[in-house]
Amino acid sequence: MIRKSAVEMAGALAKGETTSVELTQAHLDRITAVDGQVKAFLHVDAEGALAQAKSVDARRKSGEKLSPLAGIPLALKDVLAQKGVPTTAGSKILEGWRPPYDSTVVSKLKDAGVVIMGKTNMDEFAMGSSTENSGYGPTFNPWDLTRTPGGSSGGSAAAVSSFEAPLAIGSDTGGSIRQPAALTGIVGVRPTYGAVSRFGLIAYSSSLDQAGPFGRTVLDTALLHEVMAGHDPKDATSINAPVPAVVAGAKSGDVKGMKIGVIKQLQGEGYQKGVQARFDESLQVLASLGAEIVEVDCPSFEYALAAYYLIAPSECSSNLARFDAMRYGLRTGDVNGASAEAVMSATRDAGFGREVKRRIILGTYALSSGYYDAYYGSAQKIRTLIIQDYAKAFTKADVLVSPTAPTTAYKIGEKVDDPMAMYLGDVATIPVNLAGICGMSLPAGLAEEDNLPVGFQIMAPAMQDHRLYQAGAALEAALLSKWGAPILDKAPALGGSK
Amino acid sequence: MSSLSRDEVAKLAGLARIEMTEEELVNLSSQFGMILDAVARVQEVDLTGVKATSHPQPLENVARPDVVLPSLSPQDALSGAPAQEESRFRVPQILGEAE
Amino acid sequence: MALPTYEEVIAKWDPVLGLEVHVELNTHSKMFCSCATEFGAEPNTQTCPVCLALPGALPVVNEKAIESTILIGLALNCKIAPYSRFARKNYFYPDMPKNFQISQYDEPICFDGFVDVEIETEEGTKQFRIEIERVHMEEDTGKSLHVGGATGRIHGADYSLLDYNRAGIPLVEIVTKIVPGTGKYAPEVAKSYVAELRDILRGLKVSDVKMEQGSLRCDANVSLKPIGSDVLGTRSETKNVNSLRSVERAIRGEMIRHAELLNDGKKVKQETRHFQEDTGLTRSGRSKEQAEDYRYFPDPDLVPVTPAAAWIEELRATLPERPSLRRKRIKEEWNVPDKEMEAMINADVLDIVEETVLLGADPTKARTWWLGEISRIANDKNVGVADLAITPADVAELVALVAAGELTDKLARQVVEGVIAGEGKPSEVVAKRGIKVVNDDGALMAAIEKVCAEQAETAEKVRGGHLPAAGALIGAVMKETKGQADAARVRELLLGHLGVS
Repeated sequence: MIRKSAVEMAGALAKGETTSVELTQAHLDRITAVDGQVKAFLHVDAEGALAQAKSVDARRKSGEKLSPLAGIPLALKDVLAQKGVPTTAGSKILEGWRPPYDSTVVSKLKDAGVVIMGKTNMDEFAMGSSTENSGYGPTFNPWDLTRTPGGSSGGSAAAVSSFEAPLAIGSDTGGSIRQPAALTGIVGVRPTYGAVSRFGLIAYSSSLDQAGPFGRTVLDTALLHEVMAGHDPKDATSINAPVPAVVAGAKSGDVKGMKIGVIKQLQGEGYQKGVQARFDESLQVLASLGAEIVEVDCPSFEYALAAYYLIAPSECSSNLARFDAMRYGLRTGDVNGASAEAVMSATRDAGFGREVKRRIILGTYALSSGYYDAYYGSAQKIRTLIIQDYAKAFTKADVLVSPTAPTTAYKIGEKVDDPMAMYLGDVATIPVNLAGICGMSLPAGLAEEDNLPVGFQIMAPAMQDHRLYQAGAALEAALLSKWGAPILDKAPALGGSK
Repeated sequence: MSSLSRDEVAKLAGLARIEMTEEELVNLSSQFGMILDAVARVQEVDLTGVKATSHPQPLENVARPDVVLPSLSPQDALSGAPAQEESRFRVPQILGEAE
Repeated sequence: MALPTYEEVIAKWDPVLGLEVHVELNTHSKMFCSCATEFGAEPNTQTCPVCLALPGALPVVNEKAIESTILIGLALNCKIAPYSRFARKNYFYPDMPKNFQISQYDEPICFDGFVDVEIETEEGTKQFRIEIERVHMEEDTGKSLHVGGATGRIHGADYSLLDYNRAGIPLVEIVTKIVPGTGKYAPEVAKSYVAELRDILRGLKVSDVKMEQGSLRCDANVSLKPIGSDVLGTRSETKNVNSLRSVERAIRGEMIRHAELLNDGKKVKQETRHFQEDTGLTRSGRSKEQAEDYRYFPDPDLVPVTPAAAWIEELRATLPERPSLRRKRIKEEWNVPDKEMEAMINADVLDIVEETVLLGADPTKARTWWLGEISRIANDKNVGVADLAITPADVAELVALVAAGELTDKLARQVVEGVIAGEGKPSEVVAKRGIKVVNDDGALMAAIEKVCAEQAETAEKVRGGHLPAAGALIGAVMKETKGQADAARVRELLLGHLGVS
């Protein structure tokens, strides 16, 4: 049962072939069996999950009309506040904190009867691309336990790809949903900025952060997208418009006549051979389905990485100032006579990891007087150019495509001491965040040289998220018939039962 | 090549309220040259006449009505406090200027 | 060298002022969240994830706060920016939960205004124009209670206790341009500026403007330059100035302190100083090793404020008359003596009296009721006149009833009591209580005859032409008729009866 899609599970629940309690228990058992190796979860809330499952079962039994994902288990990235459940954002500075409130995403999940099984591991405050920056140790890629699942939503991606959960939620500031989806062979979507409420999403970079869904199929992902998204008056940057028809897009899966733009700057040099090969193959598949492939030029993308690594650290240096040992979280150094200022500094030293400190210092520098215009100011202008590049490209194409990440999953420890090498992994995903548009990564097959999954990225204009699902579903169906079985069937079986 | 001296890093760490050991200061200082070179690429582009974008969506005038909604209970408000006293957050002595 | 006298200071030095006033708006909810703003609530009962800066919480602007700020800007003759933004001012302080304050930096909502103030001098009334640099929105901080050491003082405290009820209350900061040319009047000009602001804000009904509760706070920048010089001196910024009198004292004190330093050839340090209410002196704040770098940047959680021109004009049309001009007009139109004018202002009844007059009441009568009988009852009950269940319409009706001779002043006081007791409008109280003036001449005559018989000696005096003695007889008749008679009619009948009309 746990290897089925969420849609199939929902069908079984609707027909009474199983109950949410059974389904949830099966996933909890799977977690018990394999999470010792994968380490996707920071906290498993078995009791809360089973209580929710029981309540959904009762409501179903009483004949209540339930939402399509009612009773389906889900893994939640630890960056979203959930009332009474430990929420750490992967940081020691928040160890043991139990929020007195629910994030809007969690409220929506609860309202839809989705069963939240627990909180997944992540790079501390979502800063990183490998989950190695977690204050609680790394998560391991189910395809190869010596490799990283990507990040920062590595825990969520690993949970879905190891069948610990059919669905998961991540957040994507510079690629943190799409890149781990690519590295673990699943589907991940970063919705349009403002489409999903950020209320209760622990902020890394406010103008770039966006929560989004993971699934093993495009349609599963669309169903979760629909549950999460929508206007929220508690988030001033939330878009007050209906949720795009993502489920209809996923169901249509038609690309006949669709113009697909290949971004010249996001391929070729710097991309692993097997990654490029799978990308080219997917393009051919789309062409064979009737799509028109065109090339588009986005010259400013060359500066996207530089702009991102100024904007995100600048915003984070301010967003993370609240972790000060005064109102919640860790407090160290509070010994006789220590001042509040000294306790703050000692706590922030003890509670933040290396990468977080590095970005806070970089951001503090970029905003400081005398440097603001040269760094933060220039980065915001580059952002304008990137938006203009996209706008121009979208006049020539309905969706744009690229490989999601330049490489397949790399070894744990391989890049931890080389921040620049790590940052380069985000080169293809970052432009979407800077422009506030939407993007999807879905499996394009395995790279020949290492038999690891390759991600295919699709990008669409703001609030045209349904186009991602339309194109994604078409490619997914064609590749599935080509492969004969879902890609995850090729992943090595982990210990424990199937 | 850009660089940031140990003292400059120390000053930034002070502004950011992060205590750092000598080793951390030196390490960060040595890494910063490379990182600053990379991010300084934003200055290679001719940006005259380009407007800055601080926000990806062109939203304006988002506000809420002046209506009171229930607050947290003081128990919930203080639930995460490292120390509390008399329904207030207890914090170490403040070396500040405000009264 | 002895402290120079004020006269010695102004003989040599020319003061330059700069004033920053913080006003807490009286919105129901906070600036960026829906918590209540009531003063004096139990600690941490008006807090939520947003104003406690819990991880994940986000601010959303209070639309009423924007409206109030625009009103303030318009009342101060400012331009309203068609595009303005919120910025984060980054610095760490335990009373500020986010460790940044949401404020406005280079894009304030209102800018370039002015306020004219008048002061009375021995050379007559003098007017000064105070130019306004900017009016912007921000949020207040929490309150700390310092425990141990000299309790209440931050210096030497062992620890502090924080209450975040005040954190996030909307604040408007009003910043003047530098104010030169006030000479020896500097302290008074500053005081009247703050007083004028307070009146304007009160008139706009956007703030409680209670300096003693901190809803209006003033920071005063003072510097001295030699008379005739164009070069500005080094300024000090005095915080914690919490009454009008203190504004005057603080500036005077700083002028003397600066002059003493400068006379001695020493330098004034650019620093923040704290005003001490008890001594009237200022004390140096903790000097920082380096200037704060606030690293302002546009707040990415909030979107630009772009008020429509039509809305601004709508708001402009609702602006009340400038309080100082209004007082001048009212004083002239109603012909109010200085003392009475002052009494009305102090008792805060100007609005209510004017409303009563607009409903047709005679200004003197309206003023007398509100300032006299009604204020007395309000004082007894320890409430404001506005809190009583009597309205300007009631008082206007009352004045009309008296004018029509249907009530005597004494009866009217009974009616006021009835209205305040909730018995209805004056006419309803009159009906319910059966109050009416005795207009029956026969009944009056009977009473007059009775009184004249009882007080034959007095009656004889009146008859003999000693008119002042009539008062006692009239009083007795009024008493006889339980105050329901019209005193004028009684007098007329009495004098006729005694043959001296």
